[in-house]
Parts: sequence; structure tokens; C-alpha cells
Amino acid sequence: MAPRDVVLEVEHLSMRFGGLVAVNDLSFSAARGDITALIGPNGAGKTTVFNCITGFYKPTSGRITMSLGGPAEPNDVAALTASGNRAMRTARGQLFLLERMPDYEITARAKVARTFQNIRLFPGMTVLENLIVAQHNALMIASGYTVKGLFGFGSYQRAEADAVALARSWLDRLGLTARADDAAGALAYGDQRRLEIARAMCTGPELLCLDEPAAGLNPRESSELKDFIRSIARDHGTSVLLIEHDMSVVMEISDKVVVLEYGIKIADGSPEAVRNDPKVIAAYLGVEDDAVAEAEAEIAQ
Amino acid sequence: MEYLLQQLINGITLGSIYGLIAIGYTMVFGIIGMVNFAHGDVFMLSSFIALIFLLALSQIAGITSLALSLFIVLLLGMVLTSLWAWVIERTAYRPLRGSFRLAPLISAIGMSIFLSNFVQVAQGPRNKPVPSILADVITIRQGENYTVAVSYKQILIVVVTAVLLAAFWYVVQKTPLGRAQRACEQDRKMAALLGVDVDRTISLTFVIGAALAAVAGLMFMIYYGVVNFSDGFTPGVKAFTAAVLGGIGSLPGAVLGGLLIGLIETLWSAYFTIDYKDVATFLILAVALIFMPTGLLGKPEVEKV
Amino acid sequence: MSAPASTLTIPGAVRDALKVGLITLGLSIPILAVRTDQNLSNQIVLLPRWGLVASAVGIAIAVRLAYLLLAAVRQARGGALIGSLGVRLPAQAGTMFARAAVVFLFLYPVIALSLAGTGGAVKWIDNFGIQILIFIMLGWGLNIVVGLAGLLDLGYVAFYAVGAYTTALLGKTFGLSFWLCLPLAGILAAFWGIILGFPVLRLRGDYLAIVTLAFGEIIRLVLINWVPVTNGYAGITGIPRPSFFGVPFNASDQGFSAVFGLPFSPLYRTVFLFYLILLLALLTNWVTLRLRRLPVGRAWEALREDEIACRALGINTTSTKLTAFAIGAGFGGFAGSFFAARQGFISPESFTFMESAVILAIVVLGGMGSQVGVAIAAVLMIGGTEILRELDWMKEIFGSGFDPTQYRMLLFGLAMVLIMVWRPRGLVSTREPSIFLSERRAVSGAHVREGHG
Repeated sequence: MAPRDVVLEVEHLSMRFGGLVAVNDLSFSAARGDITALIGPNGAGKTTVFNCITGFYKPTSGRITMSLGGPAEPNDVAALTASGNRAMRTARGQLFLLERMPDYEITARAKVARTFQNIRLFPGMTVLENLIVAQHNALMIASGYTVKGLFGFGSYQRAEADAVALARSWLDRLGLTARADDAAGALAYGDQRRLEIARAMCTGPELLCLDEPAAGLNPRESSELKDFIRSIARDHGTSVLLIEHDMSVVMEISDKVVVLEYGIKIADGSPEAVRNDPKVIAAYLGVEDDAVAEAEAEIAQ
Repeated sequence: MEYLLQQLINGITLGSIYGLIAIGYTMVFGIIGMVNFAHGDVFMLSSFIALIFLLALSQIAGITSLALSLFIVLLLGMVLTSLWAWVIERTAYRPLRGSFRLAPLISAIGMSIFLSNFVQVAQGPRNKPVPSILADVITIRQGENYTVAVSYKQILIVVVTAVLLAAFWYVVQKTPLGRAQRACEQDRKMAALLGVDVDRTISLTFVIGAALAAVAGLMFMIYYGVVNFSDGFTPGVKAFTAAVLGGIGSLPGAVLGGLLIGLIETLWSAYFTIDYKDVATFLILAVALIFMPTGLLGKPEVEKV
Repeated sequence: MSAPASTLTIPGAVRDALKVGLITLGLSIPILAVRTDQNLSNQIVLLPRWGLVASAVGIAIAVRLAYLLLAAVRQARGGALIGSLGVRLPAQAGTMFARAAVVFLFLYPVIALSLAGTGGAVKWIDNFGIQILIFIMLGWGLNIVVGLAGLLDLGYVAFYAVGAYTTALLGKTFGLSFWLCLPLAGILAAFWGIILGFPVLRLRGDYLAIVTLAFGEIIRLVLINWVPVTNGYAGITGIPRPSFFGVPFNASDQGFSAVFGLPFSPLYRTVFLFYLILLLALLTNWVTLRLRRLPVGRAWEALREDEIACRALGINTTSTKLTAFAIGAGFGGFAGSFFAARQGFISPESFTFMESAVILAIVVLGGMGSQVGVAIAAVLMIGGTEILRELDWMKEIFGSGFDPTQYRMLLFGLAMVLIMVWRPRGLVSTREPSIFLSERRAVSGAHVREGHG
């Protein structure tokens, strides 16, 4: 078996808010091209992990390594850590220490994109505009940091046409092309969720972090979403990190599941292994009735 | 040493006035999250109301007892200023509640412009001098070349402020009104569901703030001996600074902030330069908001992602 | 006042109106009822004027009754009577209107000349044309910061002041011509936009507004107190006036009139200044519309909609905010430079908080982000208050002591409140998308956010 190609490595991550320990010494990894799920009862610290990975929180301690182009060499990681820098070029690609980077750079340079538990579209901008804004950095360069664009040079026009084409291809996939010129805020809830994912994909990420993408969806939408996420991982080679409460989604599409409880990892492995793990069952039994029922239904199948 | 002591006395007097105005800002911000820009002008209006009644009582009604007329002026001033605040809230702010966030702010700025110009048109643009009252002083300490003195009006200002604050504190802490206010601060929708009359509570908040501003208006008039239609803006901003410095939403914070601003302004003028005294206030305001937006006694706010 | 009860009865309406009258009476005591005047020894004498109070109460009752009647009629018709009057322009109509307005503006001096003659036209071109255009330009400049980027700025006048003082000081001290001062003023103001923008990056909403207000006031207070440089309250006089590409507007042999063989008249300069500010304003508009369709402009609007989402999309919000502050401030600086050169005299009086409030009011009343809306609001608010200067005929009705200009700012403030209550999102509440796939559809104001920072 070839060595696992790890895209994201989280090591000894801890996050404290005052006296509250939200995440405690968490380590896990996500393999390139895989769908990795992060599950756990409410308040387990899943979103906090996301916020640490995407730079919205500065972790109290720990290391988060993102490697582009291929697996990271331990020597490189050690060298980057010791150097105090945020990023370095390696033989295969690039290496980033996310805990040292500001949030926007994590998306712009380390190619990690995310969605939010409570949808954060730009509701007053059109669907198309939402997807164009996501390509900001590429367009900014094409517009010569505004100077060239202001005087209407052709290169920007072409870049914008390309951006529209990319947006259009996503809209076609979502079946939202007819709604392209409507306000994003006017879309139905389920469409907003999927648009947010497409918008994150328009940043050209290597790792896509989805925070409860199936929340509030009906079973049909939820099943469409499963296909959509799977196609993202399969067709684009984008690795996916997923927080989800809907166990049918998690168990069906994940390659690997990490289970958190009270900020501590209690299980880590394939969906089958995790679902039969007594610690996981106990965690759900002890905390949330409907989730337990779901888990039991899964087991029964 | 004597000079410093004198400045401290002056600073506390001035700070009491700022503190009284600051409560109006802090309460309104606490309950509906809005900077009531017109509050400074309500204060200015109240000083005109006090001026006119004070003169009317002696010239027309012929009341000679100063204590009695001050008491009547205070009472009338509080009632009429509250009426103004009530009408302003009903007409300019309530229709905008829950709508576009900028709308109430613009409406409040418009109200502020309206009020100062209304008073200018109704009472004329000139400074209105007030006959000096309670100007006698008690000598506290006789230095070699400097005498520390406190005037009766300073004593009056500090005592009235303290008494009213105590009464007001009782209202906010112990009465159903105070409870309703705090409930609305936390969650207006939930408070309404639990049977709190939100509209009435907000109205009362404006009314109480205005009543305290009316006290400040009377004190301001006695202290400076002059009122002018343009006197709303600067004391208003200073009081707002006080509210921010103390931690907006916090009542003890507003008083503490008021005292601090009063002291800083007085000491700055006494030891540095009087020209730049307002620059000092604005700098404090900016620095406080940038570096400690929750103020001295405010609650920290966590950004939710 | 509160919304009228669902069913209106005549006694109910009368009772309601009487209540309003009673409240008005309360508000009038003592501020309207007694006027304070100073006698010769500077003592205050009280002059009762109950007649005025009576008319105020009467007017209040009448207005309330009329309002109730109107509301009843509206209800009877089952639809909005006032609400339907709102400006909801389809995209095409907006462009047509804007084009027509620009054509009108270019013809305006000619129209004014032919209607008011050489003597009267100066007033119409200067007081109305130039004055309104300055505020349109300032409104458009601030619109970048407030309307597009959603950053609430209450100290915009500071950049106007920086532009004006830059031009005045450079012109007087180094003898630089207006044409050199103009770009320098813009650049320096933009620079100040960044300096003042930097510390406030973290602030949101009302806090940002108050800090920018504080900065604006600090700059004004420094202008007042730094007498060796700014000459304090007295201000700076003798600022070089703009020339017509090197030809000055004066009565000398090298002057504009002499060169072009025309009889000397101050009108030429006024007309020239009018076209100058018109071009500056149109430049502001052109740049803004252009920027809106560029990544930086879209990032501004995205910032207004949701700052956290922006960061998650890899947008550097710091530089995005600073460019908005800088470009907005730059246009303020241009306007200030023009103002100084037009007046030939500036003092801190022209740069008070009131100016900032007026500019912000124009932006919000117009409808945030809408260029057309801002222009309409500037014409309404500035033109409306200027027109009060022209109402001398009212003296014949109200007596010679009546001076309508006194009521300018009073009515301005009242209009701000009324327009906000009537249309909280401003006159033009829809948003034009910056790009479209198949059809340009205006976005309803209900979806557009107003920014948190």
C-alpha cells in the first residue's frame, strides 16, 4: 500500500476560550481526494475546529499543516515549523502552516475554502455576482489591481468572461442558470445551501470545508446534496472535510469519520468501524436521542 | 497641590453633568442598539426650558425663594423634556424600529439638526446669560498663594446628581420597569413573547434618559450661567464619550465615564492648553472605541462565525 | 404618531387630533410660548407670544386630521396611496433619465442665461448649479464608502477640508496653480483616508460612525487652533483662482475677456467653474460606475453584504476597506480643492460636522449605492434649502420680519426625518447588479444589506 497522501494534518490542536476548553489536543488527518467527516454531539467543538483550520480563530496551541501537490515530507514540515514562516515551497508543491496565517490568505494561498453553518451568501448581490466575487483574487490580478481594468484593457475583459464561464458551469450543474440574475437572497433555502458550496468551489480550493451542508434540507434535497459532494471529490479531485449531523449523509459518502466529544477525539476510522465503536454509540446515546435513533437505524440496515 | 485640588473639585462637578447626560445615551443604546444623536440637543432644549421657567418664576410669578423655584423648575423641566423625548421617539424612531439599520441614525441626526435650529429660530441665536445664583463659596483650604473653594452651586450639582442617581439606580434594579428594560436588552422578541410591553418599555427608557438630561440641563445652566442653541452638540459628544469610555450599556459605567471625562477635560485645560481641550475628548473617544470598545465596565463581545 | 385605528370614526378622529393638539401645547411650553430677549443692559426679558402657540396647536390639529382623513381614504381604496409614489425606476428608465439629466446640465448655463439674463444668471449658476454639483460630487464620493463598502463614515468633511486647505496653502505659499493643486489635494486626501482608515478597520456600525465623527472634529479643531499655518478662525484669503488653461479670469489685458475680445463680466468665471465641477462630478461618477464592475468594487459590495463570507473567499478585507476609504476621500479632496479655488477664501466654519451630516444624509436619503438616487437627493435637499433664499414674497404674507432662510436647516432636519420614516431605504431602494448573464434585473432593496462596519 502506497503511503497515504495527506492533504491536511491537524496535530495536537487545542482551543480555549477563557476557562472553557472547546478543543483539546485533537489530532487527525484528511487524505487527498477523500471525504472526511467530522461528527459529534452538539457542542463537541466541530465548528471550532473548522474555525481554527480556516483561520477565523487562532488556536491556543497545535499545528495545522496543509500540503499542496503531494504528501508532506516530515523533514519539510519540521523545517517550516522551525523557520517561523507561514509557507514554503517543497519538491512536490507547497506547504502551509495554517495556524500562522490570516483567514483570507488561507483561502487565497493555501486553497482551503469553507461554507458556514448559517448560510453566508451575499444576499443583495445576484447569484452570478456571488460566484464572480469568489474569483476575486484571480480577477484582481487580471485587472492589474484595478489600474488596468479601470482603463478597460482587453486582458481583464477576457478574464471576466472566463470567470463568467466558470460561474455558468457551476450554475448549469446546480440547475440554477435561469436564476443567475436574481438576488441570492431570493433563492429557496436548499438552493442557497448549494450555491454557497458552488461559490466556495469557485475559489479553486484543494480542500473544501462544509459546515453542516445538509442542515434544514428535506430528504430529496439531502440525497441530491450527497451526489453533489461526491461529484466534487470525484470530478475535481477536491478533498472534502465535512461537519454533518445527518448520519445518512455521513455514513454514505465519507471515506473516513472522526468523532469528537467535548473537544476530544473518541474515534477515527472508516464509517463501518466508527458506527460499531461502543464509545461512539455511548456518546450519542448519552446526548442526543434522535441522533441515536438514526445511528441505530443505520446499524440495523 | 491646592491648585490640583481645586481642579479636581471642578472636574467632578463637570463630570456629574456629563454622567447625567451619558445615562441617556447608554440606556438607549443598551435597549435598542442605537446612538440617539438628538440626545445632546434634547439636553440643550432642557436648559432653555429651565432658563425660561427660572426667569418666569421670579419675574412673572414673583416667587422669591430660590430653593422653591429651583425645585419647581427641575420638576417642570423634567416633565416637559420627557414629553419632547417621548414625542421624538414616537415620531422619528419608532416607525423605523426593525428596519434598515442606518435609517434611525439618519433620522436621529435629522432630529438633532431640527432641534438646534428650532431653538435658534424660537429663541434667537445669541447667548442667553442667566443671573448668577448660588455663586457664594466655601473656602476649604487656604494655601500660600492659592485658595481652594467650593461654590454652593457645585455642591448642589454633585448632591442632586448623587441623589437622582441613587433613585434612578433603584428604579432600574428593583422595579418591574427595570426588569422589563433588562429583558428587552437581552432579547426583545422573547421579552415580547413573555408579556413585556416592549414599545412602552422603550418609550420609558427615552423618557427617563430625557428626564436625567433635563436635570443636567438645569445644572449646566446654573454652572456656566449661559445657554445657547448650539450647546447641544459638544456636551452631547462628550457625554457619549463618557458612555463609551465607561462601557456602553452599563449604567455605573456611564457615571464613571462622565466623571473621568470631566476630570480629564478640567485637568487638560488647567495643565496643558485650553485650546485643544475638545481635541483631548475626541482623541479619548477614538482611542477608547478602537482599543477597548467594551469600555471600562462593559461586557465583552465575541465575534460569532 | 401612531397608526390610526383600523376603523375611523369622526369622534375618534377628533379626539385623536385634539390629543395631538394637547401634546403640541405641551411641547410649545415654554419654548414657543415665551421668547427670551436681551434688553440694553443685557438682561433677559420674557416676551409671551401665546398667539404663536395657538397657531402651532391649530396647525398640529389640522395636520393630524388631514393625515387621518388621508389614511382613511387610503384604507377605503384598499391600497397604498403614498407608498405607491416611491421611485422605482426600471433599469432602462434610470439610464434614460441619467442621460437626459446630463444633457440638461450641460445646457443649464445657457438656459439660465436665456431665462434670467446676464445679471440674474450668475446667482442661478452659482448658488444652485455649482452648489448642488459640489454636493452631488461629495455624495458620490461618500457613496463609495457608505453605499458600496457599507462603512459608515460621519467625518467625511475632513477630507473635503484636507483638499481645500491643501489647495489654499500650496497655492498661497508656493504659488502653485489650481491645476497642480487639484491632483495634489486629491492624493493628499486619499492619503489621509488611509491614515484615518487604518485605526478603524476593526470597528463596526455605529462605533465606526462615531470614531470617524471624532476624527472629523479633531481635524477641524486643529484647523482652528493651529493658527500659524491655518490662520485659525479667520481662515485663508486670496487663494489663487483657477485659470482657463493659463488665462486668468480678470479685467486685465491678459484676462479671459480681453483675450477673447469680450466685454469683462464675472459671468465667464462662473460658467467656467460650473463646467469644471460638472466634469469633476461626472468623473467621480464614471470612476465609481467603472469600479463597481471591477473586482475591487464587487469586493466592496460583498464586504457590505457579509464581511466574514468575504474573508472566507480569500478577499483581503483590510486592503478592500482601505481602498474604499482612500478613493472616497480622494474625491472629497478634489471637491475641497475646487471649493477653495471657487471661493478664494476658506475657514474652518465650512467644515463642521453639519456638512458631514448633510453629505451622509444625501447618500442615505438617495438610496445607498445608487448614483442616480444620490444625485436626486442632493438636488432635493440642497436645491430645496437654497430655494428658501428665493422666497422673499413670503414676507408679504407673514410680515417683513419673516425671513425664510432662517428655516433652512430646520426644514432640512425635518426633511431628513420625514424621508427616513417614509422611505427608510432611501428614494432609490433597488440595486443595480454589476454583471448579468441574460437579463439585467434590479435587486429589490429587501435583500440588500446595509453593512456592519
